[in-house]
Amino acid sequence: MADAVQPMMEAVAASRNAPRHSALVRVTHWITTLCVFALLVSGIQIVLSHPRFYWGEVGNVLTTPLFTLPVPSSRAAVPTGYGYVLSDQNGWSRSLHFQAAWVLVFTGIAYLISGLLRRHFSRNLVPTGADLRPRSLLEAAGGRLRSRKPDEAEAPRYNVLQRLAYLFVIFVLTPLAIWTGLAMSPALVSAFPFLVGAFGGQQSARTIHFVVSALIVLFVLVHTAMVCRAGFTSRMRAMITGRIASRSEP
Amino acid sequence: MSNVTRRKLITTGLATAAGAAGLAAAARIADRYGLIPPEGARLYHPGETLTYASHRLLARQSAAREFARGQISKDPFPNHAPPDGDDYARLRAGGFAGWRIEVDGMVANPTSFSLADLRSFPSRSQITMLQCEEGWSFIAEWIGTPLSEILAAVGTLPQARYVDYYSIQPKWRQSIDMADALHPQTFLTYGMNGGELPEGHGAPVRLSLPRQLSYKSVKYITRLTLTDRITGYGGKGRYSWYAGI
Repeated sequence: MADAVQPMMEAVAASRNAPRHSALVRVTHWITTLCVFALLVSGIQIVLSHPRFYWGEVGNVLTTPLFTLPVPSSRAAVPTGYGYVLSDQNGWSRSLHFQAAWVLVFTGIAYLISGLLRRHFSRNLVPTGADLRPRSLLEAAGGRLRSRKPDEAEAPRYNVLQRLAYLFVIFVLTPLAIWTGLAMSPALVSAFPFLVGAFGGQQSARTIHFVVSALIVLFVLVHTAMVCRAGFTSRMRAMITGRIASRSEP
Repeated sequence: MSNVTRRKLITTGLATAAGAAGLAAAARIADRYGLIPPEGARLYHPGETLTYASHRLLARQSAAREFARGQISKDPFPNHAPPDGDDYARLRAGGFAGWRIEVDGMVANPTSFSLADLRSFPSRSQITMLQCEEGWSFIAEWIGTPLSEILAAVGTLPQARYVDYYSIQPKWRQSIDMADALHPQTFLTYGMNGGELPEGHGAPVRLSLPRQLSYKSVKYITRLTLTDRITGYGGKGRYSWYAGI
């Protein structure tokens, strides 16, 4: 049906474009996308120089690891079970990682301030009491599982699972990634020992940094999959131009 | 419509000009207060400058964490084998009696120190973490002379801004600013865990710099040069010059 109806729907919608995302949300979204990509690529390179993780204060190749990633390493000293050593890419990777982190922090501050001032969080992201009832949660989850496309009436607002996922990434995972990142800085820890004290050791902070990063990557994958399912073109248009084709008048 | 566009154009233009002027002024002030690091990779200089400046503003004097004796790692990982060159082999065979550390550049009295000279300065020890840029770490007791003692002995000239230090292994040349050079935890280290510094850990002398990652704690130190600029920093594998991360 979509083939025949789609052009007509779009024609109708074009005359009734409704703003979907504010300019600030759109700009910060795409800067964040770039930063996360840079952090991921550089982070993978950094991990490859020592794909072993420890708990507590210290750890090295002579220490029993908490877990080891089944990947080759860019350092000959790391026992991996692979017969070869990858090339050392840590120079640019580390510089890119920290530069992207700075851009992300500034972007995040702009997003947080404007989100608070314009009530973006309370209006669009904090679930309502009704949203949080078990039945609503189950319905929202069921909608996901049945791979149902969101209908036009609910499209302009985030459903409860989206809200919870976004809030978790914005207010739990991202701050935790930044905090554990800072906890690995010997200079900052010298001035603010609680940065690492909160995690019980520098290697614990590094391990949490890795797990949190993996969760963020998982979020990005699910988020992208959901965008595709909901309609890649319309959602991309909404996040780029701010407009979404919408049939129903508010 | 065209009026709005023009107004927008003018305000945007003014804002951009003000922003650029502000940035230029900020850069001059930052340079004056020693908040801009020597340039490594130009592309990443903005991020490195933000890191270095914020660390110098927030943590110029702070002391790296020190640990209890019981936390000393049983297996400190040396990472690299000792240098395999003939010079090192010859000096090692002589019990490092012939090892010299030249101190030159912007100093009143350029001096060459032997190990015995170094040991005649007050000896200090600290139990700190050595943290590699790769992600691994260990805790050890380091015994040595604070670098500030050596610098006081040679008479650092006021225009000196950096200490450029050299290893017997040419690729490990590094440098630090005066805040780190004069920091009480920055040592010329000759002992470890109650004994001599093992060869794998930099015998006879390495730098200890616990507030930065360990690629700055260069082993097998042969020369210190006081200077007012660091040009053409290549670093080990083009790692960033400042490593307080």
